[in-house]
Amino acid sequence: MDLVTPGFGLVFWTAITFLILLFILKKFAWKPILGAVSSREESIKDALAAAEAARREMENLQADNERILQEARAEREAMLKDARDMKNKMIADAKEEAKQSADKMIAQAQEAIQSEKKAAIAELKGQVASLSLEIAEKVVKQELSNKGQQEKLVEDMLGKATLN
Amino acid sequence: MTIHLVLLHLHRFSGTHYYFIEEMNLSAIRTLFLGVFLSTSFFVSAQEVSTEAQEDKKFDPKSMIMHHVKDAYGFHIIDIGEKKYAISLPIILWTDNGLTTFMSSAFEHDYYGNVVVERNGEKFVNYKEKIYQLNLGEDALVKGEDGYPANASKPLDISITKNVFMMWVSMLVLFLIFIGAARKYKKSESFVPKGIASFVEPLVLFIRDEVAIPMIGEKKYARYMPYLLTVFFFIWLNNIFGLIPIINGANLTGNIAFTLTMATFTFIITTFSGNKSYWKHIFWMPGVPVPMKIFLMPIEIVGMFTKPISLMIRLFANITAGHIIILALMSLIFIFNTVAIAPVSVAFSLFIIVIEIVVTAIQAYIFTILSALYFGMATEEHEHH
Repeated sequence: MDLVTPGFGLVFWTAITFLILLFILKKFAWKPILGAVSSREESIKDALAAAEAARREMENLQADNERILQEARAEREAMLKDARDMKNKMIADAKEEAKQSADKMIAQAQEAIQSEKKAAIAELKGQVASLSLEIAEKVVKQELSNKGQQEKLVEDMLGKATLN
Repeated sequence: MTIHLVLLHLHRFSGTHYYFIEEMNLSAIRTLFLGVFLSTSFFVSAQEVSTEAQEDKKFDPKSMIMHHVKDAYGFHIIDIGEKKYAISLPIILWTDNGLTTFMSSAFEHDYYGNVVVERNGEKFVNYKEKIYQLNLGEDALVKGEDGYPANASKPLDISITKNVFMMWVSMLVLFLIFIGAARKYKKSESFVPKGIASFVEPLVLFIRDEVAIPMIGEKKYARYMPYLLTVFFFIWLNNIFGLIPIINGANLTGNIAFTLTMATFTFIITTFSGNKSYWKHIFWMPGVPVPMKIFLMPIEIVGMFTKPISLMIRLFANITAGHIIILALMSLIFIFNTVAIAPVSVAFSLFIIVIEIVVTAIQAYIFTILSALYFGMATEEHEHH
């Protein structure tokens, strides 16, 4: 029975000791320790939140970059396409123009050739006519210088001219 | 050799887990290889004692065990021959004449009521580690038929007993550990635990995150943290001290007075932090018919008290039982009166000691978590009724 009969002395000292222990530890140990731990946890939480925010911002930035890059790429594509189109058009235009002017020149040249030819032919005709006249004059002069021959000619001509 | 000397001698060897380290200490062996040295020292001592025991008196395991489980007025270290080595502690008594104090060495470490100490005309004896004041005119203690002193009464006794002394040692150790740890935090600005703080912090966080917050709740736990932490470490450290043989195993946490006091603190805090809904659940249980309310009221009122009483008994019984088992195992050597049983006793008590080391932490944890649970019940908000 002694074992389960609490002795007053120990109850008394335990109560006093425990209260002192509680008071002093609370003031000098638990408060600083728990305070330090909770402020550390707070700072960790803050740091994590900041890191998360930074990560999100980073993501946003990356997305922006991506978008800008995409846009730039598209723009470049468009510009290149325009340039290519323009080039093709210019080449086509130039070709067309060149062809036209060439055609025109050819036509003019042909015309000039034609007219030159005509003039040349006309001149040639004139010269041939005058030459023929001269020749004819000379021949006639010669022919008519000899009486016998004149007669013969007349006769030939008359002979050929069959009267019907 | 007188009977009680033989008994003291017996205690010394049969003793217990307390005594084997002292043996080792005497032979200047401070090593942890308990097994080897223990069994050798036990072999020797067992032989020695068993012959003595046969000569003088039959070994009484019950009185030996009870003596070692209970409180004492001094640290009895060892007897060498006729000389007793012990640390005496102050005895403080409040008698009809007022305060009486003297050192426990005045009793010459007798606890059979043989040595009478006279102070201020009052006579005191130490009978089974309780101080009795002899009635006026008596010169020697007379034992009644029930085994208790018949001609003496107990004065109000607030002596610094072995348990009180060890409690103060534990208080100093706790101060050193935790105030030291707290200072580490003050020094480092980044709150990084270093040194002792890195050992203390996980335990403190364990109490906070596994005990206080789940039991009491995020909102209100902070108020109870100092109490829970103090209780946990105080009980744990004293549980451990109870297992250390060299300090004579002051069985503080296995003493009903200690557990009573601690449980009373929990009870007081629970009662004073009880909110409206807590009291309503005790006196007028909501949500049940009126006859049931009346029926439940006495049960709930009894429940208010059984909770701390269970705390008191659990800690006391667990720690004391562990000590008794170890002592009983050691007693086997002397009951069987043979050396052959010594290795078995040593092996088993070693096994029990290992379990006891675990129990030190478990019981401290259980006391703390149940206290937290009671605080949680007292402060719980019932919104849906």
